Amino acid sequence: MIVQTLAFYLFAAVAVAAGAMVITARNPVHSVLFLILAFFNAAGLFVLLGAEFLAMILVVVYVGAVAVLFLFVVMMLDINTVRLREGFISYLPVGALIGVILLVELLLVLGGWTLALDAGDRAGAPTPLLAKAHNTEALGNILYTDYVYLFQAAGLVLLVAMIGAIVLTLRSREGVRRQRIASQVARRAEATVELRKVQPGEGV
Amino acid sequence: MNPTLHADLMVALPELWLACVGLAVLVVGAAVGDRASRAILWSSVIAFLIAFILVAEQEPGARLAFGGQFVSDGFAAFMKQLVLVGAAVTMVMGVGYQRRAGMQRFEYAVLLLFATLGMMMMISANDLISLYVGLELQSLALYVVAAFQRDSLRSTEAGLKYFVLGALSSGLLLYGASMIYGFTGTTSFVELVRAFGGAEPPATGLVIGLVFLISGLAFKVSAVPFHMWTPDVYEGAPTPVTAFFAAAPKIAAMALFLRVLMQPFGDLVAQWQQVITFIAIASMVLGAVAAIAQTNIKRLMAYSSIGHVGYALVGLASGSSDGVRGVAVYLAIYLAMTLGTFACILAMRRDERMVEQISDLAGLSRTQPLLALVLGVFMFSLAGIPPLAGFFGKLYVFLPAIQQGLYGLAIIGVLTSVVGAFYYLRIVKIMYFDEPAQPFDRPMGREVATVVVISGLFVAFFFIAPEPLIAGAQHAAAALVP
Repeated sequence: MIVQTLAFYLFAAVAVAAGAMVITARNPVHSVLFLILAFFNAAGLFVLLGAEFLAMILVVVYVGAVAVLFLFVVMMLDINTVRLREGFISYLPVGALIGVILLVELLLVLGGWTLALDAGDRAGAPTPLLAKAHNTEALGNILYTDYVYLFQAAGLVLLVAMIGAIVLTLRSREGVRRQRIASQVARRAEATVELRKVQPGEGV
Repeated sequence: MNPTLHADLMVALPELWLACVGLAVLVVGAAVGDRASRAILWSSVIAFLIAFILVAEQEPGARLAFGGQFVSDGFAAFMKQLVLVGAAVTMVMGVGYQRRAGMQRFEYAVLLLFATLGMMMMISANDLISLYVGLELQSLALYVVAAFQRDSLRSTEAGLKYFVLGALSSGLLLYGASMIYGFTGTTSFVELVRAFGGAEPPATGLVIGLVFLISGLAFKVSAVPFHMWTPDVYEGAPTPVTAFFAAAPKIAAMALFLRVLMQPFGDLVAQWQQVITFIAIASMVLGAVAAIAQTNIKRLMAYSSIGHVGYALVGLASGSSDGVRGVAVYLAIYLAMTLGTFACILAMRRDERMVEQISDLAGLSRTQPLLALVLGVFMFSLAGIPPLAGFFGKLYVFLPAIQQGLYGLAIIGVLTSVVGAFYYLRIVKIMYFDEPAQPFDRPMGREVATVVVISGLFVAFFFIAPEPLIAGAQHAAAALVP
């Protein structure tokens, strides 16, 4: 038990510290790297909760794909952090005010935290005991059966996102030499190559 | 096939049909290229019509599908029919514009198809997750079509602005949904109704979650104070896209608003009534006042739509079955007026270019008397002057508000209608009494002319036979609030 508690505090502390570094680091590349660190620690927290599927997804999708993309974008854009920080002081009062209001609201919410009495019974898909099924298995059991509608709908959302990205960025440029595999393969040697006997000392 | 799955699929048959058509035309478009764009556009319109028939032919009565995530009832059928009409008509209207603007790319029709599918999923959502997925499918497709003219600075700006603010509002909505889930342990609307059946007051956190949810939805219907994107997006997006924005998504989001507040949160009416009242008043006032200074007719229509959302919300604020009926009637009439007005705006072309200034309409009565007459009818109707259709829309939302004792709301509504009448009538004055400007290009296009005539006739002669629409709206409201 003590090991778990220690691990929790370790992961939590590193995650919070990394989160703070993401917004304070001067170099945007360092920010992204700290973000990756925060993701890894969050994944550790998920493992402690017994949610190993979420933990792996977090590492594979967020670290493997999203954060790496971020890294590419950040490296390609020449971001001048000094210019981004201009006007920080003048926006500070408004930002601080909104932050304080949000904080008060969240505290009020936490203070009034009373769950509905039968909240646990009402859940559509209660979590099975770990001894019965791992949560990857539990998710797999319902994702393609009970939740097939949402699964397909999410697929359509992704399809629309893909169409959108292509529509907005793909341009067919003029004068680009493209591969036409069919005609390249269908080309016959006789039509293009001519063999000639060249007599010594005469030239073609 | 598994019998329950088969039954589920039959409930969602119109959505299934649209999704399959969307995928099929996408494949055809990708294979044939932009040469097929015209054929794809017309086949999408036919797909909408078939979906309309499928919706109309569905068995009456509420039916749940996919474990309660999807619902099909009289209310959904009514709203889906409005959305499908709006989508099909705006698509037909844009044919000429697309040809002239060189916007003939097949993805346009595909994206509008998926957007409409998302709207139908929103209307039928019976779960917080399916609500969000439908909303996101619709929004994502709309962000892209707003920026469809990617070489135009204004269009890309509109798309980006819509995207950033839309993502923010989705975040608000999700935050609210997560709180509701956290406090009740369920996302299903059916279960949520049971959760609020008790007598004890709801937890503070739940109310905060509900307010966040309302904020997200208010953004989608562009109600004040979440309206800032509307004028810029309406102005920047290509005109047929603007017409689409003004017609279909508004109705879908409003239907979602009605379902969420009247069904799962119906017992919390005391909690949300004041929020909706505030949003309604703010939208009506801003829609009336801010539109006065506009010179661009698309911007004017944006503020006008904000005001009309305010009027529709008056019906919701009353929280009664009559109020829901009023909103349904209002949305149907608003759809007809908006489609007609935008068809007139699409006819505003001079030397092969679109003109959008209100001053360009000067003296239209002498150059094109018929167009001026119809546009005049739409303006009078938007202002709510009897006996045109717009008057009946307002009547049916203000009456339930008075019945529920919301006198202040009704009085402010009437006052803002009077203020709003100023800018609608100013357009009539410019058309009829100002010195004629150069005439618009002729012909205006067969599709546009058809829409202008049909919606004009509907708006002008609605008072002769209002019963079918009222009865349909009554049926829809009865399905939502038994």
